[in-house]
Amino acid sequence: MQKIIYDEGIKKLEEFVKESKKILGFPIIPDQKLGTALWVSNRELKINYIISVEKIKKFFEGLSEGKIYATKCLNCNEIYFPPQSECSKCKNEKMEWIELSGEGELLTFTKIFVKPYTFSHYEDYIVGIARLKEGINVTAWIEEKDFEKIKVGSKIKLKVAKRFPEEYLTYVITIID
Amino acid sequence: MERKVGIIGVGSSRFGIRNDVNFNELAYESFKEAINEANIDLKDVSFLVVSNIGGWSSEPLPAVTIGEYLGLTGIGTLRVEAACASGSAAIKTAHDMIKSGEGEVVGVVGIEKMNESTTPVVVEMIGRAGNYFWEFENFGLTFPGYYALYATAYMNKYGAKEEDLCEVAIKNHYYGARNPKAHFQKEVTLEECMRSRYVAWPLKLYDCTPISDGSATVILASEDYIRKSGIKEPIWIKSIGYSNDTSNLSKRDNFLSLKASVEAAEKAYKKANIDKDKLTKIFDVIEVHDCFTIAEILAYEDLGLFKRGEGYKVVREKQTYIGGIIPVNLSGGLKAKGHPLGATGVSMIAELVKQLNYKAEKQRQADIKNGYALAHNVGGTGHYAYVTILSR
Repeated sequence: MQKIIYDEGIKKLEEFVKESKKILGFPIIPDQKLGTALWVSNRELKINYIISVEKIKKFFEGLSEGKIYATKCLNCNEIYFPPQSECSKCKNEKMEWIELSGEGELLTFTKIFVKPYTFSHYEDYIVGIARLKEGINVTAWIEEKDFEKIKVGSKIKLKVAKRFPEEYLTYVITIID
Repeated sequence: MERKVGIIGVGSSRFGIRNDVNFNELAYESFKEAINEANIDLKDVSFLVVSNIGGWSSEPLPAVTIGEYLGLTGIGTLRVEAACASGSAAIKTAHDMIKSGEGEVVGVVGIEKMNESTTPVVVEMIGRAGNYFWEFENFGLTFPGYYALYATAYMNKYGAKEEDLCEVAIKNHYYGARNPKAHFQKEVTLEECMRSRYVAWPLKLYDCTPISDGSATVILASEDYIRKSGIKEPIWIKSIGYSNDTSNLSKRDNFLSLKASVEAAEKAYKKANIDKDKLTKIFDVIEVHDCFTIAEILAYEDLGLFKRGEGYKVVREKQTYIGGIIPVNLSGGLKAKGHPLGATGVSMIAELVKQLNYKAEKQRQADIKNGYALAHNVGGTGHYAYVTILSR
């Protein structure tokens, strides 16, 4: 797991800084390659965003019922995924929630090896974009152990799935044989 | 009559892991060079535009700290963000000010100091630069990941191979090895590239730009100022084209082309009266946005230099080296020169001004016949695009 490597790096740096403070009286460490002096900030920041989903609540209600919803403009019939509560095409606010068929085909995909820190506890994951019958595209992880089986044009089915270890509901692309 | 806008001085810092200087010192490195080349009084600079994305670096108000360090206070400044195209957006801001009569001399400093944060943090923050909630929060896409989605689709459609992508890296490292300010100043072989580990399949480490620090400065001036000051041989900005696209990649029709690039190029050609059928004859040298090897191939096609599906063959045939159909990224490109995001667009213009003035290092100097050059600068994964046309 990449997280172990990342965390080891962070721990090493912290120990180095601690040592430097003892010896020099400052959090100043030498750059590993250049030997130049680097001040390691004492003010570590933890960021976690709090995002409103009030107007698309129904989408999450859908996931808990095993359904994947999009919104559709009652005026111009435009379908929105990700769902939005108003139509930016015709400025209409009268939208309906529609359940997506989940059926479609894969447009493209990738496998992420070098992961962001907050994803480093996962094994390498595959992300794809699929076009559904409804004419809209969906980005999601592809749940398929056999990488060779995944092709551009593969028939897919979008499903609700639980993400571990966080234990929250999301959706995944599955490959149909 | 429209006011013409010229470039009277350019500068660039050395790109790379710049743990030997702080943020402001890095900015000053390129500014000093540019202001000395322009050979003007600092008092003549009437506005400062700073291109920087930040977040990974400690200063949240970069335009202000740089303004103080450069001795440019009491004039007005702002920071411009258009992801990796911030530099071009900053130049457009300065250009438009001068063109509208709002200023005579405007300085543009592009800077990024990415190594003030650790690699996992930088990977995280760039990965968030798409659509945070629908792409990152659940699916942890990374910047190489977004471009890998394009690479997969392109390779599937046209039959390009990973080896073909490597050819872009080989070319850009070849020129980077001849650019004393490049992050990577060494050539790479096909074997080395093919052996490098996957970052986001099908992209490997050698398909990706490094995490770089660097700054670049361009000083723009009005035609009146240029004539009055007796400045000889400025480089003129002929036109700037621009466009944008959806934040969610899933909202796009295909993954074979960056639509914003196509639209930006169209606008730039139209404004400059460029014959689209003769692009490779008109331009002497081009810098394209090769944040990943696939991006350079897409750029060839999106700019209309080569037909759809031909981009990778062109690289394979080495037609974008000096002496080929059209030389591209003689600076080493983002790939080898380095990609300090906010500095990149400004650095492209600085490079092309050097090329047009025959001031590039001999081994990477293009033959200047018509005196036309083009910079193609993309922000995010085709989220923003700017195309700037320069002429002597």
